[in-house]
Amino acid sequence: MVDDTDADGASEDGSGGLESNDGQRFDRLPATDAERTVEGRVSRAAVLEYFEDRFAIPPETFEDYTFWEKGAGKIWIYAGESPTPLEIEAIGMTCLRTRQEHWKPTTDFAQRFGRHASACVIDLEREAAQRFAAGEDQELAWEGDWGYLIAAHEIGGSREPLGIGLYVHGELRSMVPKGRQRDISRD
Amino acid sequence: MEPLERYRPIVDEFEAFLAACKRPIGNVVRVNTIKASVDRATTALEEDGVEFEQASWNPRVLGLETDSPGSTWASFHGFTHGQEEVSAVPSVVLDPEPGERVWDCCAAPGGKATQIAALMDDRGTVVANDNNLGRISALRFNAERLGATSLAVTNDDARNYSLKRFSFDSFDRALVDAPCSCEGTIRKNPDALDNWSEDHIHSVAGIQKGILRRAIQTTREGGTVVYSTCTFAPEENEAVVQHALENEPCRVVDFDLDLEYSPGVTAWNGDEFDPALERTARIYPHQNDTGGFFVAKLEVTG
Repeated sequence: MVDDTDADGASEDGSGGLESNDGQRFDRLPATDAERTVEGRVSRAAVLEYFEDRFAIPPETFEDYTFWEKGAGKIWIYAGESPTPLEIEAIGMTCLRTRQEHWKPTTDFAQRFGRHASACVIDLEREAAQRFAAGEDQELAWEGDWGYLIAAHEIGGSREPLGIGLYVHGELRSMVPKGRQRDISRD
Repeated sequence: MEPLERYRPIVDEFEAFLAACKRPIGNVVRVNTIKASVDRATTALEEDGVEFEQASWNPRVLGLETDSPGSTWASFHGFTHGQEEVSAVPSVVLDPEPGERVWDCCAAPGGKATQIAALMDDRGTVVANDNNLGRISALRFNAERLGATSLAVTNDDARNYSLKRFSFDSFDRALVDAPCSCEGTIRKNPDALDNWSEDHIHSVAGIQKGILRRAIQTTREGGTVVYSTCTFAPEENEAVVQHALENEPCRVVDFDLDLEYSPGVTAWNGDEFDPALERTARIYPHQNDTGGFFVAKLEVTG
């Protein structure tokens, strides 16, 4: 896959001689955009910058983790050892969808790393949290930026991230995937 | 229950054993310490009004007083994972440490692999393999729900597993939680014995031997291999370990387990096993009000 045409042959010279993405395997993200060898691939620096700019997650949170792309724009976070590239079923967990205008973190990432976030976190009361977990959209007031937010609620007196919501036009849309949705008792 | 009659000679208090096998089993969850401490998980359960009881041998194992253990905040957050009490045993016996390389040969649906990751503080490499692609999706779902970032998931036959794709050439530890005749799950799956046959036991034992041998071959000298099944048949337990002792460089070692159990048998149906097989553990349903289980701990010596 070293030729610089896309799989469909629609080469444009913007690719600057870069390889096209092989969606079937895991490739480690380049450290910086300047080290990119695959067209459209984000860098580790860009991923850390996104999590810091959007959610104020300190970049050092990810010091011991590597980031990988498999599939078109799907980014995975991994704590183990691996050479690159690698053709297996999965490493670590999916954390972010790139190669689209608005990058979208996964609900599982928000639950795992969202405690490190201090911006774009919307705190939900009990009933709103139950609706969010059930996958429902709801009208809510929010003074901050629109777009993808980490929804959270309180357990034992401290904040616990629930997942990712999309906030637009006064509405919080739950992005919790169907298989992860739960009906928590609403007594 | 009829197939279980063959174990009358080796099971103490056989009537109590049979009676326990007929009782349904309670809901048990394991606290996923990748996402929450035991304190935080139990606080979440208390706030949900769910009563629980900690297992005496392992504070991370909780019996729940609820009919819907999945509909709790603790479950939604991945603080807890439904896992039968005895199935939490082999990962504890494996006793992995942070930073190690560990292979779970037959990992789907991932309860034990994620438990291994948790015991390693999610630091290191847990290669979670399964030969069944359909079950891999359940494994991946559970790994992500539980936030395990140290897992690498592969889909291969463990019997001729290759490490060539990785940057290392041996594991520190391996868990062989082998496919088996599942007699010990009868309390959870009342139809577990419906297709029981001695032929099936013998054919699955052949697979078990192949997997255990490969696990020993891929583990470094001084490393640990744990072999476990959820069945009572000595053909699938002691005889498989005996086969490994005869063909691979390894020895059976003792381990601490604060549960009631019986030692492995050293004779069955005319076959004699190495006396070291007494160091393995047979966990019967009537001993701790759990499912049935077998576990053996091996040290690789070459």
